[in-house]
Amino acid sequence: MRSIIGKTIAAAAILAASASFAHAGDVEVLHWWTSGGEAAALNVLKQDLEKQGIGWQDMPVAGGGGTQAMTVLRARVTAGNAPTAVQMLGFDITDWAKEGALANLNDIASAEGWDAVVPAALQKFSKYDGKWVAAPVNVHSTNWVWANKGILDELGIAQPTTWDELVAAMQKVKDSGKIAVAHGGQAWQDATIFDAVAMSTGGPEFYKSAFIDLNPDALGSDTMKQVFDRMSVIRSFVDDNFSGRDWNLASAMVIKGDAAFQFMGDWAKGEFLNAGKKPGEDFLCFRFPGTQKQVTFNSDQFAMFKQGDTVSPEQAALAKAILSPSFQSAFNVVKGSVPARIDVSDEAFDACGKQGMKDLAAASESGNLFGSMAHGHANPASVKNAMYDVITAHFNGEYDSDTAVKEMVNAVALAQ
Amino acid sequence: MATNASANVIRTGGGARFVIYTLLALFCIYYLLPLYVMVVNSLKPLSEIQAGGMMSLPHEWTLAPWRSAWSTAQIGVAATGLKPYFLNSILMVVPAVAISTVLGALNGYVLTKWRFTGDTVVFGLLLFGCFIPFQMVLIPMARMLGLMGLAGTVPGLIFVHLVYGIGFSTLYFRNYYQQFPTELVRAAMIDGAGFFTIFRRIMLPSSGPIAVVCIIWQFTNIWNDFLFGASFSDYDSQPMTVALNNLVQSSTGVKEYNVHFAGAIMAALPTLIVYIVAGRYFVRGLMAGSVKG
Amino acid sequence: MSMTATRRSGNDWLRDALPKIVLSPSLAIVLVFVYGFILFTFYLSFTDSRILPSYGLVGWQNYSRLFSVRAWGIAIDNLLIFGSLYIVICCVLGLALAILLDQKIRAEGFIRTIYLYPMALSFIVTGTAWKWFLDPGIGLQAVVRSWGWESFTFEWIKDSHMAIYTIVIAAVWQTSGFVMAMFLAGLRGIDNEVLKAAQIDGASNWSLYRRIVIPQLRPAFMSAFVVLAHMAIKSYDLVIALTGGGPGTATELPATFMYSYTFTRNQMGIGAASATIMLMSIAAIMVPYIWSELREKK
Repeated sequence: MRSIIGKTIAAAAILAASASFAHAGDVEVLHWWTSGGEAAALNVLKQDLEKQGIGWQDMPVAGGGGTQAMTVLRARVTAGNAPTAVQMLGFDITDWAKEGALANLNDIASAEGWDAVVPAALQKFSKYDGKWVAAPVNVHSTNWVWANKGILDELGIAQPTTWDELVAAMQKVKDSGKIAVAHGGQAWQDATIFDAVAMSTGGPEFYKSAFIDLNPDALGSDTMKQVFDRMSVIRSFVDDNFSGRDWNLASAMVIKGDAAFQFMGDWAKGEFLNAGKKPGEDFLCFRFPGTQKQVTFNSDQFAMFKQGDTVSPEQAALAKAILSPSFQSAFNVVKGSVPARIDVSDEAFDACGKQGMKDLAAASESGNLFGSMAHGHANPASVKNAMYDVITAHFNGEYDSDTAVKEMVNAVALAQ
Repeated sequence: MATNASANVIRTGGGARFVIYTLLALFCIYYLLPLYVMVVNSLKPLSEIQAGGMMSLPHEWTLAPWRSAWSTAQIGVAATGLKPYFLNSILMVVPAVAISTVLGALNGYVLTKWRFTGDTVVFGLLLFGCFIPFQMVLIPMARMLGLMGLAGTVPGLIFVHLVYGIGFSTLYFRNYYQQFPTELVRAAMIDGAGFFTIFRRIMLPSSGPIAVVCIIWQFTNIWNDFLFGASFSDYDSQPMTVALNNLVQSSTGVKEYNVHFAGAIMAALPTLIVYIVAGRYFVRGLMAGSVKG
Repeated sequence: MSMTATRRSGNDWLRDALPKIVLSPSLAIVLVFVYGFILFTFYLSFTDSRILPSYGLVGWQNYSRLFSVRAWGIAIDNLLIFGSLYIVICCVLGLALAILLDQKIRAEGFIRTIYLYPMALSFIVTGTAWKWFLDPGIGLQAVVRSWGWESFTFEWIKDSHMAIYTIVIAAVWQTSGFVMAMFLAGLRGIDNEVLKAAQIDGASNWSLYRRIVIPQLRPAFMSAFVVLAHMAIKSYDLVIALTGGGPGTATELPATFMYSYTFTRNQMGIGAASATIMLMSIAAIMVPYIWSELREKK
């Protein structure tokens, strides 16, 4: 049985090698950036390559924050028809590298000096076993609060800096008859809040121990129970119609002045700007209270899939283009995120973007830069989703905090 | 035609008829409601949708969302609209439906008129194949397509749909041919007619109704498939459903619901047309085939 | 003379074998791509496969993990609730509509097309419309309230206990017209002489249907059951489009569970175990049914 399967795999691998040469001269890119702004950002890269005479074969598959694309990728790799480059997040890159499917970009990396300019926390994902396998495009930070300044001013609420101040502020908003927290009941959104609350409640050591090291003691600790209790508090400030709501609709509630706060990553900024709102005047962006020093991040990267034994010249050109300072700046200005290399000039960015770049550099410097659990940068997909299950079940009132803590320990153990 | 002649002998009075018509009309509303929502909102400017009133007619009628969905909406990096993907779907659906219908007809013919020991087992095996969940076959199928050199190609997609369409098409034709008088086939055999001659001259000419049922069924399933279309296609062969998904599922930015609805109706038009045009043969075909023991 | 004899026997051989030759590609395809894949999945369910298939055997671990995952229990419960309601409502509604439509209705063809068309649409197409319609903020609840019935409440989709029923509503919408067509075809196939005779005997309409018509529709019921059961088990798009499995995990079904473990969570072994259990349950229901149907016809 085994030898037959072995032969099948070998045959598939040979086919993989031969199939990929059919596309020489072009790059095929699998991604899920299909909305107007995202596509415009990606178009910068496409044009960059076309100037070098390299064609761009577009393979967009949207849906589920990339989960749909990951399914397609699996089918493509199994069929021996892997795309040249694939948009990917965090631990997915590591998982694919473990399968031996990714190309070694070390030659380009050393020629371009990537080691010196990409923050170490990002390199953890871009490199596997000492080899560069992916080119990071951007850094999103996830522990932001977006607030409607009009509501805050009207109710005399100052920007909250601690958990207690936040609770008081939310209470004031609720008493006024408005919705305190705009939130969409989808697992990843629940987890995004959970990330911030855990960081704020337990601090960086707890966050690292529970989510990155997956230490059962931390997962089952009283601190974890307190985190869940605080989630219940937040739940009580969310309107009843929250479940299944898309995050951008939640942002719209803050924009329109129906709700005061949204806890969401920096991609929400685009929604505010699109609606013609000005940072500092119409809306505020600040770190989740109690996490002013920390940055939890996720980073979109393009993982390069093996095309035969060597890195194809097109692949090399693509990787180089992605990490060029001009593209990093142009792309991230459009996308609302922050460049993945720290030596890019902040000239073209707006106030929020400049702040984000400064925060990132400072957090990276002081060891306060952590991968976001909610966005697959703290632990592998199986563990992340197991955590989602518990967080969501608790947020929807299916577990009380004690049960949730117990289930958290169990679920993580089962998923590893 | 028997369909019309047999219309019910059971009579109902005037009051009952009023109730019947009312009920039928109410159910028309139930079935039409989602389509109504889609059509109405595809003809509104986005601002009207955002202002609320899902059910209300447009104040300002516009075809702009339709034009946008067809030729300028953002599907991937290029803003191509759904237009180019339409052809991909056609290229995949037409051969897949044609081949699976012919195969189903041949299989049904063999299983009813050229019976052999173990034929029921063969039919049972084919039929059970209908029930396999598609999510399960994704990975092994990908590997097989790779081995056959069909990965990421239109023929590969056609093959996949063929494989998982055989069960139902065979079922339809088998049940239909079972009603067909075997004596005619026998007589033709004695006259020396061969296997294919009998099929072509005797079976095919009377297969119209069930062919319609089979074609409608296959066309709808294959046209609407997303999972296979997304997984086994290449950048240049993605079908319409994948493009529609990319249009509708984009995760950031303002959701242009009117364009989404226009795109959705557009993607559904071919199947809708098939149902409307062939619908009246449908009951006739079902009557002749699949529901009679 | 002997020449012709050989040719004849050659022809006879071909004549005997030809039907089997015609059938064999289909059979071969199904053996490999259905049964081969089932065996492959069964094998995978005993391995440590994560992101791609791998072949380290781990015994029953995937099964024991599967049954200790809470979502799997929910998925099974939901399939039972959803499947039985869906099949029963579709059959009852389909039969009722078929009977109503069989009363010499004017514009029958038009109405029939309206009942039938949802079958033509996938939930990728109608998902957004359904989501809107069920959303209390903009859908049915808001519309009825705007008509003046202020206390009207319809927020099942937001309620973990009721959300599964909204899935039933949408699923029934999609297929009941198709079931109606099947029953209508069955009704049209019934011999009128028997009905006339019973009518002369003074039977009421109700008893005509109950005693004579409905029992004769058994084959139609059977066909409807096969189609509906297969749709219930495969229901995936529907859940993803309407609720994404939420609120929480309240509308998880085995198909969505299997997909998420195999493809989203990189636990292919557990995904394969759940697929195996699903297939065994399908077989437990369908094989006796198919068997009895085929045997009767012999």
